[in-house]
Amino acid sequence: MPATTDRDRRAVTADRLAVPGRYLAALLVAGVTLVPIAFVVLGGFRTNAQLNADPTGLPHPWVIDNYRKVLGSSMFWRLMGNSALIAVAVTVLTCGLGAAAAYALARYRFRGREGIHTLFTAGLLFPLGVASLPVYLLLRQLHLLESWLGVALAEAAFGLPVTIVILRPFMAAIPGELEDAAAVDGCTRLGFLWRIMLPLARPALVTVAVLAFLGSWNGYQLPMLVFNEQSHFTLPLGVASFQSQYSQDTAGILAYTALSMLPALGFFVFAERRIVGGMAGAVKG
Amino acid sequence: MSPVEERAAAPARSATPSRGRPARRRTSTRTRAELALLLGPALALFALFVLVSIAAAVYYSFFDWNGFGPPSRTVGLANYRKALADPVFQGAIRHNLVFAVLSVAVQLPLTVALALLLNGRLRGRALLRLIAFTPYVLSEAITAVAWLVMLQPGGAVDRALRSIGLDSLVHQWLADPDLVLYTLFAVSTWKYLGFGIILFLAGLQGVPTELREAAALDGASAWQTTRKVVLPLLGPTVRIWIFLSVIGSLQLFELVWIMTLGGPAGSSATMATYVIDRGFRRYQFGYGSAVAVVLFAVCFAFALAYQRFALRRDTDGALTGRVD
Repeated sequence: MPATTDRDRRAVTADRLAVPGRYLAALLVAGVTLVPIAFVVLGGFRTNAQLNADPTGLPHPWVIDNYRKVLGSSMFWRLMGNSALIAVAVTVLTCGLGAAAAYALARYRFRGREGIHTLFTAGLLFPLGVASLPVYLLLRQLHLLESWLGVALAEAAFGLPVTIVILRPFMAAIPGELEDAAAVDGCTRLGFLWRIMLPLARPALVTVAVLAFLGSWNGYQLPMLVFNEQSHFTLPLGVASFQSQYSQDTAGILAYTALSMLPALGFFVFAERRIVGGMAGAVKG
Repeated sequence: MSPVEERAAAPARSATPSRGRPARRRTSTRTRAELALLLGPALALFALFVLVSIAAAVYYSFFDWNGFGPPSRTVGLANYRKALADPVFQGAIRHNLVFAVLSVAVQLPLTVALALLLNGRLRGRALLRLIAFTPYVLSEAITAVAWLVMLQPGGAVDRALRSIGLDSLVHQWLADPDLVLYTLFAVSTWKYLGFGIILFLAGLQGVPTELREAAALDGASAWQTTRKVVLPLLGPTVRIWIFLSVIGSLQLFELVWIMTLGGPAGSSATMATYVIDRGFRRYQFGYGSAVAVVLFAVCFAFALAYQRFALRRDTDGALTGRVD
């Protein structure tokens, strides 16, 4: 991080003391974070007998049966597919509808604009977590129980506020001259959104997309209410139900859990900058 | 961040139609059609799922309704009275509050302390950031199941404690009514600590190094500089952290549901698990809706009050600001 390089030239005595402390803290944070994850991953390579004899030991010998069993079960892949389908739908809906609405709220002047914006921002106060029972009842009314579309629509609706709150100031900050110039060249306002605004807003869009995808991928409460049939489950539901179904098969649970971590971890490593930057950005408004 | 610079550099938007340019009429039919196209779908989806579902919950909350057929037996405010008189629900509210208080009293100092320690040049900083953030990215379901296995009686946690001679610390982590809430709190700390640290490290980047240097030149010790210069400047980050963490504590659901179902005997129930337990599992949809309304009234009240008294300065322009 470049911001600190200036200071490094000044060797303040306290700083010299701070360095070992810094590495100690880093080690502590990394250790506390990684040990449980390592336990899950390594535990998946052990047998139940090994786990019972010594819960904290290393695999000896390493067995891959647990992982092979999970990877060979069509249900696991099915749940992963369900999760992916819903998460992609939520991402597309949230970004598409959110970007259009943010554009209207940022670049058009009309009566009631601030009112609509306030309405959306008020939605920030009602996350899906507190409204899942009402949403479940609504989906029931709409005959959308057991339907991936129902969950996707609901999650997208609750994702709109944060999307609009992030995108609107971004879109409002694009200089008006650009729009004038485009208009002179015969570009309509919708054309401006498509050809100029969206490409310019890409960093913000990626952030919003990552937030929407991750929120849906990890969602548990609403899918739990909506899906009763196992073949409709999403991955988080699968992990939890596997645990309660095979509670004696600790090694199997650990393998299942470890494999369920992989997509989110891979996605995270791939999009880390966006996620971390996006969280900080979203949090700071 | 480039958008900020752009925003600063951008002059007042000159493409705005209404001011200073009488050429375009108020709102032409075409503009109106465009607005409908742009705003319509988002508004419709939002109104249906957020506004209608909440309004419906308020409506159902006045009925005794098991979910079969339309609600017909109105009971007035009886559901609310019943909920507020139920010791399990009172306990649930208390547990949410304990969680919120603990996170501010324990997690916050811990997070800030670690962020302060980590601030500065550090080899492998990018890697650490990646590691610290990992639990935040994993779903609550995965977190819950992993810890459930580790906290089993005789499981990894117990074994680890025994192996370092701390046998006396071995407990019934999830089965002891007096302990279970704190166990869950520890698990949630594991999940959210890294996120907080990264938030504070970002906040620390915003503290000008000149200020620390000036304080050091004036003879301030490192501790004094931290306390009198750095911490006050972290104010916005602290306030937003408290907001997120209290709201999160009030909505706590997944960890509790998967690890304990609110048990044993309601000793780890939260408002949200109570809603799902009564409303969904026991088919008391009217009663469950009433409890859900209480839950979002509590969150709403906290958010508004906090917004008004603590966050006002920080979020100007984000939540309340206009775009002109």
